Amino acid sequence: MSGALARVPELLAQHLLLALAALLLGLVIALPLAVLSARNRVVGRIALGFASLVQTIPSLALLALFYPILLSLSSLVGGGIPALGFLPSLLALSLYALLPILRNGVTGLATIDPAVIEAADGVGMTAAQKLWLVEAPLVLPVLMAGIRTAAVWTIGAATLSTTVGQPSLGDLIFAGLQTQNWSLVLTGCIAAACLALAVDGLLGLAEYGIARRRRMLAWASLGTLLVAVAVALVPALPSSRGTITVGAKGFSEQYILARLIGHRLEAAGYKVRYREGLGSAVAFSALAGGDVDVYVDYSGTIWTNEMRRDDVPPRDAIVAGVAKWARDKHRVTLLGSLGFENAYAFAMRGDDARKRGITSIADLAPVAGSLSLATDVEFLERPEWAAVKKAYGLSFKSAHPYQPTFMYRALASGTADVIPAFSSDGRIAADKLAVLADPKGAIPGYDAILLLAPKRADDVRFQAALRPLIGAIPVERMREANYMVDRDSNKSSPDEAARWLERGLAR
Amino acid sequence: MPEQSRSVTFKNVSKVWPGGVKAVDEVSLEVAAGSFVALVGASGSGKSTLLKMVNRLIEPSEGAVLVGGEPVDTGPAPELRRRIGYVFQNVGLFPHMRVGENVAIGLRLAGGKDSAGRVTELLGLVELPADMATRMPDELSGGQRQRVGVARALATGPGILLMDEPFGALDPVTRDGLGKAIRALHDRMGLTTILVTHDMAEALLLADRVLVMEKGCIVADATPRDLLAGKGGAAADALVAVPRAQAHRLAELEP
Repeated sequence: MSGALARVPELLAQHLLLALAALLLGLVIALPLAVLSARNRVVGRIALGFASLVQTIPSLALLALFYPILLSLSSLVGGGIPALGFLPSLLALSLYALLPILRNGVTGLATIDPAVIEAADGVGMTAAQKLWLVEAPLVLPVLMAGIRTAAVWTIGAATLSTTVGQPSLGDLIFAGLQTQNWSLVLTGCIAAACLALAVDGLLGLAEYGIARRRRMLAWASLGTLLVAVAVALVPALPSSRGTITVGAKGFSEQYILARLIGHRLEAAGYKVRYREGLGSAVAFSALAGGDVDVYVDYSGTIWTNEMRRDDVPPRDAIVAGVAKWARDKHRVTLLGSLGFENAYAFAMRGDDARKRGITSIADLAPVAGSLSLATDVEFLERPEWAAVKKAYGLSFKSAHPYQPTFMYRALASGTADVIPAFSSDGRIAADKLAVLADPKGAIPGYDAILLLAPKRADDVRFQAALRPLIGAIPVERMREANYMVDRDSNKSSPDEAARWLERGLAR
Repeated sequence: MPEQSRSVTFKNVSKVWPGGVKAVDEVSLEVAAGSFVALVGASGSGKSTLLKMVNRLIEPSEGAVLVGGEPVDTGPAPELRRRIGYVFQNVGLFPHMRVGENVAIGLRLAGGKDSAGRVTELLGLVELPADMATRMPDELSGGQRQRVGVARALATGPGILLMDEPFGALDPVTRDGLGKAIRALHDRMGLTTILVTHDMAEALLLADRVLVMEKGCIVADATPRDLLAGKGGAAADALVAVPRAQAHRLAELEP
């Protein structure tokens, strides 16, 4: 827990920078657009319509959409545009900030007393003077209300930037949700809420100062905000160059392995930061694009999802195939397998399996018609399920998807009889489950493999620091480490579980 | 400002609004420098439209407007407007500026700097105390606001003053006082003043020359004295009859 708290200042700084940069970009776009919209009805209708449309897109989807957009844009101009991290987050959040600023700006301009505008023309103001001397100061209070709304929205939505690999307070929330560590979730939520309240309060103070013609107050509050930005910038600027970024997808095993890698690199003298909770589809691209230096993926995942293969050769062949493909296509180095597999493994309650005399998927096929299957959310849509069904002629009485935690509960409670468990999951041992063999080899191997970014391909010191991990983690130890984090009581943090794994390595 | 530069000339001026309504119909008119002209007519007679073509708040569809013998559209409109004072019914004081800043806005646009003394002088001209400069417009009464409006219009020392129903929203006592003050300013500063009003009595009492407009045309053009003598024609007589009858009835009531 203290480890998580220690990350709050760094994440808070990143969060503030991202949200304020997005707010600023939103302002730069929205202000001229608001003036144009007030002058020209057609422009106004299009601009407000577009901004409203953006609001209807869920913010999580908006962030995710910028990834393919930037990716194709980057390939159009021959690369160089980062599709992950700061840029997509900035663009998505700026779009989000657009509507309240634009709408309040247009409303404010439209509600200015026409007599005041006539007077401004009458005394001989040019269009620019009228805007600066009359319209801007009169719109400011309404506009400030819009800016405050935009600031609060942006800070709230910035927690979602974690999913596209931009560190934010969302890191705590997503990590906490995955490991069911509610104090971590609360820490992230409270920190984000406090940040939003503080920024809103400062902007409110500036608004009050402007309205009461107390310039000092307005400048003081805006100045405080600037100082906060400067403080947030200090750690971001100089240190980020030599820093190694360790990536992790959003589940316990990944969090633990990221820490394990991070600790080894720190021991070798590197400065390390983590990008956790990356989407499954995003992680490999982040590595290939250099946003992440190193992370652990699974051979079968790359094989089916990235390489789009549907044949199932032996485990070694898959790892070799992935290594060659990664090197040739993306200059990504596969340093080696960690020694365990995290595959889909069909599992039953141990006593039930014994009673029915089932030890393999082949034994399951004749009786499947009377059994219920519980799966995780995506399994029924994955090619592996299609392959297994075809190979063994499986047909269950029913098949329902659950969140992973509830999938295990469904099996334990007897609601389901069979689940595709994760072979490295600690709950297999804890719940005394029987893992069924796959004699026809229908499910591909999912060896945990250590992948390095292109820029680390020739980094001898870096690779030397990580090589001791190759082949060093047997599946039993990984299961136990996972269980330390996943169990309901006496939970360990991923960091503590990683240290426990390390002690095993040293022996 | 030289004498001839304060004259206002309309040459066959027409204004047709989109949709075909003809607000002003081929008006030709010469307003001599230093004269006080009242434009009288019912709502929609085109008098405001005619007035606003002088400082180009409205552009004519046809014809030419000249100030001091020069077409008004030879230079940029803001430059022209800074040489012409403009006062209208809704005043339009800038609500975010103090009274002093409102009065000095023309000087500020012209690039003037130390305007405190000039503001005091201008407030004095419209019979307002100097300490009013630090007040905000919403603290003022309607009459005070219009006085500030007049001071603002006169700040840059324009030779021409255009007034569009300036007393329309004021009570009769305030109205009378402000009317007299403006006539006095006109005389003292040697202004060319064009006053648009629907109130014939006001026009007769303040102006040197009264023009009556109807459906975009000038239907009468005479001095107040001639109008009262019935030399202005039928349309003018109808308008003059109302205040005249009121005056007679008031005279009868007097003990």
